[in-house]
Amino acid sequence: MEATTSKKLSNRSRFNLGSIASMLVAVVVGAFIVWRVGLVITTKHYPMSLWGLQLANGLVLGGVYALLALGYTLVYGILFMINFAHGDVMMIGAYAGFFSLQWLKSQGLVETQPVFSLLFVLFVGMIVAMIVGIVLERLAYRPLRHAPRLVPLISAIGASIFLEQAALRIFGPKLRVYTKPPLIQGGWDIGSTGIFVTRTGVLIMVMSLLMMIGLYVMIQYTKVGKAMRAVAEDQQTAALMGVDVDQVIVFTFALGSFLGGAAGVMLGFHNGQVDFMVGFIPGLKAFTAAVLGGIGNVPGAMFGGVFLGLAESLGPTALGIPSQYKDVIAFSLLVLVLIFRPTGLLGEILSEKKA
Amino acid sequence: MLQVNDIHTYYGHIHALKGITFYVSQGEIVTLIGANGAGKSTTLNTISGILKPRTGSVLLEGAPIHTKPAHKVTGLGVCQAPEGRKIFARLTVRENLEMGAYTRKDKAAIQEDMERVLELFPRLGERLHQPGGTLSGGEQQMLAIGRALMSRPRLLLLDEPSMGLAPLLVEQIFRIIQDINKQGTTILLVEQNAQMALAIAHRGYVLETGMIALEGTAKELREDPQVRAAYLGAT
Ligand SMILES: Nc1ncnc2c1ncn2[C@@H]1O[C@H](COP(=O)(O)OP(=O)(O)O)[C@@H](O)[C@H]1O
Ligand SMILES: [Mg+2]
Repeated sequence: MEATTSKKLSNRSRFNLGSIASMLVAVVVGAFIVWRVGLVITTKHYPMSLWGLQLANGLVLGGVYALLALGYTLVYGILFMINFAHGDVMMIGAYAGFFSLQWLKSQGLVETQPVFSLLFVLFVGMIVAMIVGIVLERLAYRPLRHAPRLVPLISAIGASIFLEQAALRIFGPKLRVYTKPPLIQGGWDIGSTGIFVTRTGVLIMVMSLLMMIGLYVMIQYTKVGKAMRAVAEDQQTAALMGVDVDQVIVFTFALGSFLGGAAGVMLGFHNGQVDFMVGFIPGLKAFTAAVLGGIGNVPGAMFGGVFLGLAESLGPTALGIPSQYKDVIAFSLLVLVLIFRPTGLLGEILSEKKA
Repeated sequence: MLQVNDIHTYYGHIHALKGITFYVSQGEIVTLIGANGAGKSTTLNTISGILKPRTGSVLLEGAPIHTKPAHKVTGLGVCQAPEGRKIFARLTVRENLEMGAYTRKDKAAIQEDMERVLELFPRLGERLHQPGGTLSGGEQQMLAIGRALMSRPRLLLLDEPSMGLAPLLVEQIFRIIQDINKQGTTILLVEQNAQMALAIAHRGYVLETGMIALEGTAKELREDPQVRAAYLGAT
């Protein structure tokens, strides 16, 4: 009797301690943000063009993060597994894009067929990434389908290291320069606002928006999209309805990797370079974006990606801290969301099944 | 139409089915009755291909289906409305029904079947665009049966359609099951509610701890003193 009361008490006090701690974190973070933003507003009078530039940059980055975050969220939605190798799948896509670009250049096609070249590079990056994703599922995840949830996670980390090391051995450690085809060099001034948008940036925003719309329509209205949602809810019942669950899972990996390949090529153009570690940080960022939006939630991943892109580009200026701290902002956001809203800002759609 | 021969199904080391043999003929309603844990659902899932029997065979029109994965079995015309209804909660009612027709490609006929299902269950028609998870228990059961019908099954497997429903609703659903049968669908009905099941079935089998304890026509089983004592609540 006494034992149970004291246990209850200690449970309760621990709960209180936890909530006090998180309150404290919230207050400290809130105060810090208010203080820094206030300082910036009162002491530094940044021109609008600076904010505009960063807004544009944030949207571009956000588009890439969103595309990549979709890969995490699609796979999580079906297998409840975080595919930590996804960033590296993107890296392979970026390399594939780089080599196809080199080939086009050597054929002189970049000048004569600019639009075709651009689409070709994107396409090769996407297809190669897709194949890597399919192989990964087959070799690293499918044999562990019925293992405890931690096991495929470890396999994913292994796959990530494998892909990075394989790229290092095959392509070497040197940075490859992703020269932009003339079609996406330069950019435009927006009126006299002093805001300059690059063609690459516009391409990235347009492409990622189109792909996100396409993905949404596919998931919502096509037969395979419905099958994906059904499998995400209940694999066994989906099989009873005649859905080949393995096929849908492969399709999901293929789709996520396909979008990841596009993100890889776009990031290559955006950063102008690629190396074997290029998937690591963006992979973590996209994972963060997926968690921000609520992992497993497709619109959430899109929202989280754009949100994170904006937070990273506008955050340092708004807080009056050096822009090198943008990664700190991104991962602080991850930690804060995990503490206060582990189901994400839009809510984890699949939480009830996971529970 | 369906012949189940001496199947033994295991969950790891648990020997759940210990040699089950029975058959279902074209046009029949056959019921499997038995207490909780007797192995009824295990039997249906073995037929559906979700579970594989360690020995024994399941033949559909003479061809083995126990070697095929679940989605192939559905394609062959055997569809199950599983225990607990298992509605896709976040898919709309319409999408749930469309999932039932997943293996089919005949668009016009699918549309016809959709209309037929909505005629059988008018309440689903009013809720077509609602997520399945927002339906009441009875409506979910109707949706589960309707979804299975959308595959245009030759053999419909029903796992405890009466579970958790009010008596009036159970009667209504059993009448519809009878109608479905009269329109030409063969039915294998699993039930704990032996009274209701034996009222509409042609033949039945009593399952006890993974074995068939009794079999006979519905009338024979209704009058069997053992069945009356154990399953029909007679004294
Ligand atoms: N997933 C499972 N894992 C292990 N044992 C199971 C599982 N499902 C059912 N069983 C066991 O198999 C036996 C038959 O279960 P089941 O077919 O569900 O019975 P019924 O449908 O007649 O209530 C029971 O003893 C049950 O405990
Ligand atoms: Mg059961």
